[in-house]
Order: sequence, then C-alpha cells, then structure tokens
Amino acid sequence: MTAKPKPSSADAWPTRVATLAAALRRRVLEHTVRHNGGYLSQACSAAETLATLYVKVMNLAPVASPVVPGAFAGTPGGGRGSVLGYACHGPRGPERDRFILSPSQYSLVLYALLIELGRLAPEALEQFNRDGSTLEMIGAEHSPGMEVMSGSLGQGLSQAGGIALARQLKGESGRTWVFMSDGEFQAGQTWEALQTLAFYKVDRLGVYVDVNGQQCDGRTETVMNIEPLHERVAAFGCRVFRVDGHDAQALAAPAAMEPDGRPLVVLADTDPCRGVSALRANAPKLHYLRFKTPGERETYRRLLEEMI
Amino acid sequence: MGEILSRVHANNLVRWAADKPNAVVFSADLTGSTEVDLFRDAYPGRFFSFGVAEQNMLSFAGGMAREGFLPLVHTFGVFIYRRAYDQVAMSVAYPNLPVRMFGFLPGVTTPGGATHQAIEDVALMRSLPNMTVLDCGDATDVETVLDAIETIPGPVYVRMLRGEVPRLFAAAEPLRVGRSRLVHAPASGPADLAVFSSGICTEEAIRAVRAMADRGLAIHHRHVSTLKPFDDPAILAAAVEARCGVITMENHVVVGGLGSAVAETLAEAGVGKKLVRIGLADTFAHGASKAYLMKEYGLDAAALIRRAEGLLGRTLNIGEADLAAVRIEPVHSMAKAEAL
Repeated sequence: MTAKPKPSSADAWPTRVATLAAALRRRVLEHTVRHNGGYLSQACSAAETLATLYVKVMNLAPVASPVVPGAFAGTPGGGRGSVLGYACHGPRGPERDRFILSPSQYSLVLYALLIELGRLAPEALEQFNRDGSTLEMIGAEHSPGMEVMSGSLGQGLSQAGGIALARQLKGESGRTWVFMSDGEFQAGQTWEALQTLAFYKVDRLGVYVDVNGQQCDGRTETVMNIEPLHERVAAFGCRVFRVDGHDAQALAAPAAMEPDGRPLVVLADTDPCRGVSALRANAPKLHYLRFKTPGERETYRRLLEEMI
Repeated sequence: MGEILSRVHANNLVRWAADKPNAVVFSADLTGSTEVDLFRDAYPGRFFSFGVAEQNMLSFAGGMAREGFLPLVHTFGVFIYRRAYDQVAMSVAYPNLPVRMFGFLPGVTTPGGATHQAIEDVALMRSLPNMTVLDCGDATDVETVLDAIETIPGPVYVRMLRGEVPRLFAAAEPLRVGRSRLVHAPASGPADLAVFSSGICTEEAIRAVRAMADRGLAIHHRHVSTLKPFDDPAILAAAVEARCGVITMENHVVVGGLGSAVAETLAEAGVGKKLVRIGLADTFAHGASKAYLMKEYGLDAAALIRRAEGLLGRTLNIGEADLAAVRIEPVHSMAKAEAL
C-alpha cells in the first residue's frame, strides 16, 4: 500500500476552491432557511466560478482585516458622502485587477463568498436586506464587493468596458473581470458592449458567464433563446471558451493564457441545483426560493444540518 | 448684434481641449453632424467612435469617467435621453460622474421630424438627481459653455446648437452657470411684463420685446441658460416686480422645462403672478424648417406678442413689418438644415 501523494502547492488551489464553494452554498442555505427565502440557486450555480475568480484568477490586494461595512451614508452627490463597496477588494493599483458583478441579484452570494474569503466580517450578513444597511438585497455600488452601479441588467459589461478601455489608455497591466448572468445575453446592450470591446481590442477584460439556463420566469430556453451562445459571442469578435462551471481547473485555464487582442469570454455551464438537489422540486422556478410550507422549510433545515 | 458665426462648437472644442489630455470625445455615427470632426482630426487618440449604439456609449462614458477621464458625449439629444435614459440614470447620474452630454437638435431646430426633435429632454434630464441642465441660445453661450461647466463635479446635459449661430450676447460676457442674462430692462420704474426665454426662443423674444417696448410697454427680459439648478435670484426678483404677469418661452414642451421651473419658483415663493408658458403645447412636432415650425407651433416673435396681448387684455397693433429681423439668414447656407 502506498501513501497518498501529498498535494503540492500547485494543485492545492482547486481544493481551496472546492472548500470555499461548499462553504458558500452552506452559508447561503443557512441564510435562506433563517430568513424564509433567498437567492439560493445562484449560489448553487456560481459557487465554483466566483470562488475560482477570487482564489486563482484575480490579482486583488489583500485587506488588512475583514471589512466591517458602514451603514448607508447617502447616495453619491447627495452631499453626505457615500460608502464604497470595493473596499473589500483591497487597495487599487495599476497592476491590480478589478471585479465587476453585473447581475447584482447575486449580491447575497458575493457577500457570503467575501465572508468565507476573510474580506468581509461574518457578522455583516446579519445586515442583509435590513433598513439602513449597505448589504442590500440587490446591491448598489456601496454594497460589499460592488464597484459600479449594475443590476439594471446589461449595464455592467459596458461600464466595465469603459474602465478597461481607460486602463488600456493609461497602460495599466491589471485586468478587469466581469461576472455576468446568461439572461443578460438577451439584452441588446450586451452585444453593443461586446462589439465595442472587440473593436477597440480591449483584451485585458475578461467575462465569466454563469450559464445556468435559469431566469426569473423560468428556464431560459422557454423565456427567450440565447443559444448557440458560444458561436454568437465568438462571431462578435471575442475569444470564447465554454467550460464545466463546476470544474475549477477548467474555469481557470482560459485566464492563464496570454491576451491575444480579443476580449475573453468564459461561458461556464452550471447546474442551478448543484449541491442542494432538493431545489429540483422547484424547477423551473428557481430564481428566488421562498418556502411555501413549514414542511418545505424543514426539508432545507435538515439539509443544512447534514451539510454542517 | 447680428453677427452670424459658423461651426462655433467645432472650433471651440479643439481650442478648449488642447490642454486637457483627459478630455475624450464619444460619437455615435454623427461625428460631422455634431461638429466633433475637427476634434477627431486634431486629437485622434482621444476620439472614440461607438457606432449607432448609444446605451453602450453612455455606460462606457460612466466607466471611463470613473478612471479619471472626462467623456464628452456627442449625439442628437433624443438618442441620449430617450434611447439611453436608464444608462444615463444608473451608469452616469447616480454615481455623479463628470460626463458631459451634448444633445444636438433641441426642439424644432431640425427638419428631421419627431424622431430627431428633442422636445422633452429638459423635463427628463431636470428630474434626474445630480444632473445639471443647460440650454445654449447663441454663439457666446456655445463658445463659453465648456469653460462654464468645467468645475462641476457631476454630469451635465447641454442642449447644443450647431451650424450657423447668431451672436446675441457680447463675446466678453461668458455664460455663467446659474445666472440668467439681462436682455432688456424697462427704461424706468417697474416692468409690466417679465419675459424669460431660453435657447433659440431668445432670438425671437428679442424681436418681440423690441417691438413691444416701442409701443411703450415696460418689459424685463432675461435669457435663461441654466435650467438646473434653477436658483437665480434675478428671475424671482423680476417676476415679483412684473405688474401684469410673467411669460416664459422655450423650444420644448411646456411640461417640465423652463415654464415649469418658473412656475415652481413662483409658487414656492408665494408669488401670485399670472404665468403664460409658451412652448410646444403637449404636442409632438413634425419635419419642416425651423422658421416654419416656430410659426406653426407658436414659438416665434409673433406668438410672444399674441400671448402678451392676451395677458394684458389689449392689442398692441404690431405687424410682421414691425418685427425687424435680428439676423438675416444667408440664402445659400453652408450649413444645410437638411444635413443630418
């Protein structure tokens, strides 16, 4: 009998992604059980993609200590100052990366991940969706991890494009990463942004798309077809990779390649019920989980106990 | 008065941007039509073509502004506030970013018809938090507006004029944000009427006010270039003094623009003056010449006299011949109105 090989530092990070992804699902499930509802399927589908971005892909500065978010201090320009959500991403620098969460309906998932990463204080999640808090249900640019005003779907990529084009003009080496939902590929502005990024050869911008096939009304293919997504995005001049969105190595590989003049788009095929198979009973309505009966809530509570 | 200048913004922008390396110009396939062709040729590295895709252009502007650039977005006004209002609101106005939006073809200045005529832009942009709204009325306004707004930290929407533009105000008296211009004051004593005009209506108002003053009316006429913020104390003071009432005149629908801003100011101050709002009376317009449309929709000098007569309750016996032209249009203009 031979001893199991000790994991080298080179393959330790996929383990870290798997650990984080499991913790992220558990934390969002716990929140959902406690509050009788939540954006659970987004955690199930995007856990590995977001964890891979933060663990392996992005070059973000560390934070001195987990950020304790301030209360809502006012909107920009209102004369009261405002809280900046990107504090969780550490100090900015020309060589550092940026992260733009385009569908801020994923905010709960991002808050939970930032806690698991030690970038956000764990007690912050108690403020989720509370009056006067910055951890809003659909985050704004004062919410932890948010850098721009997204959430009006389709605007995140263009704003990130403006940031990336500006950084290209300034000669900054840092990259700009955008997380998108597949539903955003129904919006015309997304395609306007892709053609512009290709036109100006903004190749230090990369997009990760959570292709979970789900949106508010149900299965994407029944709401408005977006396929064949790979071919469509490639036809707009992007460098496209379609990968298993629960495979950390596959997710990280495209980002390791040298930019070639084209914006990078990684289509991550995901399962919106991954890790919480009880969710399948709700298909095709998975966008927001709200327990309809005490029994349903009990099912998820027991599931949570098993995960701990 | 009477001097006509050509391509004022085109030339001024090149001069103004010379020592501002962070100023970038965005265009949506209307580069010649919005007079940024000279900028493109002078500073090609700072010119960005976005094609017919305004929503993306406005969000890109927000992104670049976050990185220290000063995007100067040029297109027809309708394609800023109608096509891309959500993007203006969330990518630019909410974060209070220094993006300058130049909306060309205000109101009936184009024969392009309802699709190209920005008739409710002031109403929409004025209602957006953080937004500053300006309306240029002459060549001096056009050539000084860039300097006037330079220190404003947030977004600015400017109704811009192109082609051949009259100089109504001395070149040495630049546009000042928040300050209306005195155009005409009574020779002595209080005014019978206060007239507040904006944009291209000021040229028409000047013709009408001159004729009415010749008939002995005491008129206080001010040109208003800043529509938001709307806090010039001279406007309220002039309205308070006007014995018979106040008339506003704008190249815009009467809802939400200059007339509404004056009404709000009077009401909040408890000033019970009669107010006549001249503008597009809750109607779209159609494609025709500026002169025809101003007459058809009651935005010209004759309309101001009719509405003044209504307010005063008497006729002034002013005919077309009495309304001396403030400027004479060249018969063969280099800036063809038809050129979109």
